Amino acid sequence: MADFVIVGAGECGARAAFALREKGFDGTITLIGSETHLPYERPPLSKEALVAGAGPKLVADAERYAAAGIAVLSGRTVLEIDRAGRRVRLGDGTALPYDKLLLATGARPRTLPGMACGGRIAALRSHDDATRIRAHLVEGSHVAILGGGFIGLELAASARKLGASVTLVEGLPRVLSRGVPAEIAAIVASRHAAEGVEVLCGAKVAGIEERPGEVRLTLEDGRVVSASLLVVGIGAVPNTELAEAAGLAVDNGIAVDGLLRTSDPDILAAGDCTSYPLPLYGDRRVRLESWRNAQEQGQLAAANMLGGGEAHCAVPWFWSDQYDMTLQIAGLADGAATTVRRDLGEGAFLLFHLDAEGRLIAASGIGKGNAVARDIRLAEMLIAARRHPDPAALAAPETKLKTLLAA
Amino acid sequence: MSDTWIEVCAADEIDEEDVIRFDHAGRTFAIYRSPEDTYHATDGLCTHEKIHLADGLVMDHIIECPKHNGRFDYKTGEAKGAPVCVDLRTYPVKVEGGTVFIGL
Repeated sequence: MADFVIVGAGECGARAAFALREKGFDGTITLIGSETHLPYERPPLSKEALVAGAGPKLVADAERYAAAGIAVLSGRTVLEIDRAGRRVRLGDGTALPYDKLLLATGARPRTLPGMACGGRIAALRSHDDATRIRAHLVEGSHVAILGGGFIGLELAASARKLGASVTLVEGLPRVLSRGVPAEIAAIVASRHAAEGVEVLCGAKVAGIEERPGEVRLTLEDGRVVSASLLVVGIGAVPNTELAEAAGLAVDNGIAVDGLLRTSDPDILAAGDCTSYPLPLYGDRRVRLESWRNAQEQGQLAAANMLGGGEAHCAVPWFWSDQYDMTLQIAGLADGAATTVRRDLGEGAFLLFHLDAEGRLIAASGIGKGNAVARDIRLAEMLIAARRHPDPAALAAPETKLKTLLAA
Repeated sequence: MSDTWIEVCAADEIDEEDVIRFDHAGRTFAIYRSPEDTYHATDGLCTHEKIHLADGLVMDHIIECPKHNGRFDYKTGEAKGAPVCVDLRTYPVKVEGGTVFIGL
């Protein structure tokens, strides 16, 4: 009987474990995670879970793991992969043999040089981080957020809902400069301003100082922001140390091929920790930190641990919820030669990004609730099919995108 | 199984291979028209995170949640894989005189 081990008990690792059983694997499955909670979904941590103070939204409860025969080792760290002996060594000295190993080690928040989290400085990645941050988000408190990416902005929206005042500091000239078109970022920024968030763009931090009762940020232009908590949301770093120490190839993430295999064919990697080639974009190597990528790659890794030979060919897809707005993005827009706008009414709109040959390479949209979701999904299918849709049809709201897919 | 037939809308108010939202007596539903021109009804909210399915995409006999892409067969309510694992409740539907009714 084969032994499969999965290191990393997040969305990706948990989905892979269940997918192995769904695909008929009858050997042992051991899922190892360093957190004490069972695997849970991370997207709510900056949104509804933060506002409600809810417990973690589990991917599955303990009964489902038991029923599927998945052994979950929580609160355990893996110290080493012994590739020659095909086993992993845990922090408590246990050695677990494997026939196939999946690394789904995720990522961790990027920190400021020389400044660890703790005290009045926090980052948001885990449920425990969210709990700690939430304790500071009370009516009348003031939170400073460093970084105008998805995490920082979602956190700002949640903090406002809880009655805290917010100053968001972004070093670049605008928020969401990574992967989100300026037209959409401008709407997000103005909505935050309307909700009372002080958004400071192009603001470089000169110094951070913790004092009794406050944390103080000094900006290069001399402005001082005093807050009861500073949340640092400046990106994530892939957890590649285990792979590196085992001599596996690492290139901005654990480097895998289209089948999610590392440089050792018995070790696969999936989710936030990996970098992989994207066939739709000339096999350009990317690392995507997203819920859906974690899920899809977890399932694909399971298929390929069983020898499925299935290649990853997905369209990158992201979403963010802030206040009552949702923005969604499919594809990678850099490299776009033209952009076509389609208005959907009530302020919602879509942007279609086409390359120089007229191929649709990305679509992005923003609107209230799920106003743009269906069209972004259809755009994703057009992108996957490498279509060259007529720009006039894309711009015309009366032309259903579904008809372009059928064309 | 159904006690009452409730009027939903005119049959041509739903496009082929599409879905609309229908609210009745404090409950919310999704009403579908299939590519074969048959009509179907399910609970309106996805069993994963209570997102309304009427904003989702209908492809053939599958409805996909607009938020997390959970998929259901809207004819049977069957959940078609992660992240959804709980089936969707379905309701009988009839079309009479060009009007769609849901049986509640």
